[in-house]
Amino acid sequence: MEDKKIIIIGGGPAGLAAAIEANNQGIAPKDILILERDRELGGILNQCIHAGFGLHMFGEELTGPEYAGRFIDIVRERGIGYLCDAMVLSLSPDHEVAFVSPTEGFCRIRANAVVLAMGCRERTRGALNIAGTRPAGIYSAGTAQRYVNIDGYLPGKRVVILGSGDIGLIMARRLTLEGAKVLRVCELMPYSGGLPRNIAQCLDDFDIPLYLSHTVTAIHGKERLEAVTVAKVGDDRRPIPGTEEYIPCDTLLLSVGLLPENELSREAGIVLDRITGGAQVDETMQTSIPGVFACGNVLHVHDLVDFVTKEAYRAGASAAAYVSCACASNEGHEPDTAARYLPTEGKNGVRYVMPQKLNANGDLNADTALFFRVDNIYRDRSVILSVDGKPCAKVKKRFLEPGQMEHINLNEDAIAAIREGSTVTVALD
Amino acid sequence: MNTTVKKTCIVCPMGCHLEAEVSDNGEILSVSGNTCKRGDAYIRTELTDPRRTLTSTVRLCGAGAERYLPVKTTGGISKARLMEAMKALGEITVTAPVTRGDVIVKNFLGEGADLVAGKTVDAG
Repeated sequence: MEDKKIIIIGGGPAGLAAAIEANNQGIAPKDILILERDRELGGILNQCIHAGFGLHMFGEELTGPEYAGRFIDIVRERGIGYLCDAMVLSLSPDHEVAFVSPTEGFCRIRANAVVLAMGCRERTRGALNIAGTRPAGIYSAGTAQRYVNIDGYLPGKRVVILGSGDIGLIMARRLTLEGAKVLRVCELMPYSGGLPRNIAQCLDDFDIPLYLSHTVTAIHGKERLEAVTVAKVGDDRRPIPGTEEYIPCDTLLLSVGLLPENELSREAGIVLDRITGGAQVDETMQTSIPGVFACGNVLHVHDLVDFVTKEAYRAGASAAAYVSCACASNEGHEPDTAARYLPTEGKNGVRYVMPQKLNANGDLNADTALFFRVDNIYRDRSVILSVDGKPCAKVKKRFLEPGQMEHINLNEDAIAAIREGSTVTVALD
Repeated sequence: MNTTVKKTCIVCPMGCHLEAEVSDNGEILSVSGNTCKRGDAYIRTELTDPRRTLTSTVRLCGAGAERYLPVKTTGGISKARLMEAMKALGEITVTAPVTRGDVIVKNFLGEGADLVAGKTVDAG
């Protein structure tokens, strides 16, 4: 297989949007290659058959397959290159991608720019260290979703769900509709990590109880899961002795968080963010390796695919600009002004800020958004963007919840205040 | 005495915390907490005739390894009839090829919304 101008690793919503935008910015369809490890494009959206996608992008509520389908149609119509069943094995700092596929065999190809769009994985039982036996009947929520929605199998009849993230909530409704009894959803934290509307339409609609500040402390059963022990947890999130309940069930779903899937990035030597688990990027979505960009859930876990798409458009455009610029400098033009990076930081309730750095010599403008998550539930607070401690922008928020990603844009004041060595801070008042 | 009913709006991911002031005879006197008109409309419907869009799958044949087709109703159907609707879906088999948006059942269960295909699947 020939070298490409842009290789995109992952054919989910992020990869599709990055490819389309790179093409919009002048990269020919044949010079782009999306490598997808599943048998079809669309990524996790294919199994997210519920509605709720696309309100920001399209102004209507689409299901996951519908949302993905709109982008897949464009990729196909334009003839943008893609290869399914293609598993990327490695990425080198100089943009060499090695992959295997049933049709191409083992290939090593190079690209001028690479877009990382590998998405994320679910945290597993192993990551939680739940005590007990190892029977069948314990699934991550996304695995159960795939069994039900793609393969047509019901994983069990009496279900306990640990974790109230959106996937857990959606699966509580889905399993109920398919005839299973969801006994309860347990959440370690005193609040749910899922969207409020999913608590309403997935739990309340079906009278499924949500136990906040509760966790699963033991698993029982030899061949098949027979029961779980559930206990209340204190402020320190440790089980309170004497609060244990024995809940007979045949299935336990774990919806306990998503982890950006960055094995390739790590091996390539890309600097990762300790909190997001994704690459550290600048406002163009460029990672610590020039010409390698990241977007979507591999960068930081999103709650809305619409924001993944917007982020991926930016990464796709940046990759296209990088390719064009690299070609220009090869022809003897002066290289671009060197990057001058300023760090961003979250303070006072703001857990992280993405992008982690801004290029003061780049194109910072009022469309440059700083995305962040808060660490707790807050009411009637202001989000303040400051440069070197000087407040530049303020946005009032009635509710701030960890389950909802927020953003604040740079404004003229902030851009004017940025100096050599500045720090840009997002904080609650 | 008037009562205040609290609902989380499910129209969009913002999830506004809605409140409706309801009189003794069930009349909705006022709605607050919404940030758009749809929130107002939602709680009014929710308190009288709650409706939900149903998304699920139906059997698919003629598409190789792909054996299930995602489907949805084009609008809300009565919340009380969701389980009945699921039973009805169990009786349906669609043959590939199918195009996203194809109507599978018009006026599904007489609820006013159509059942449509959620995905384009080639024959295979």
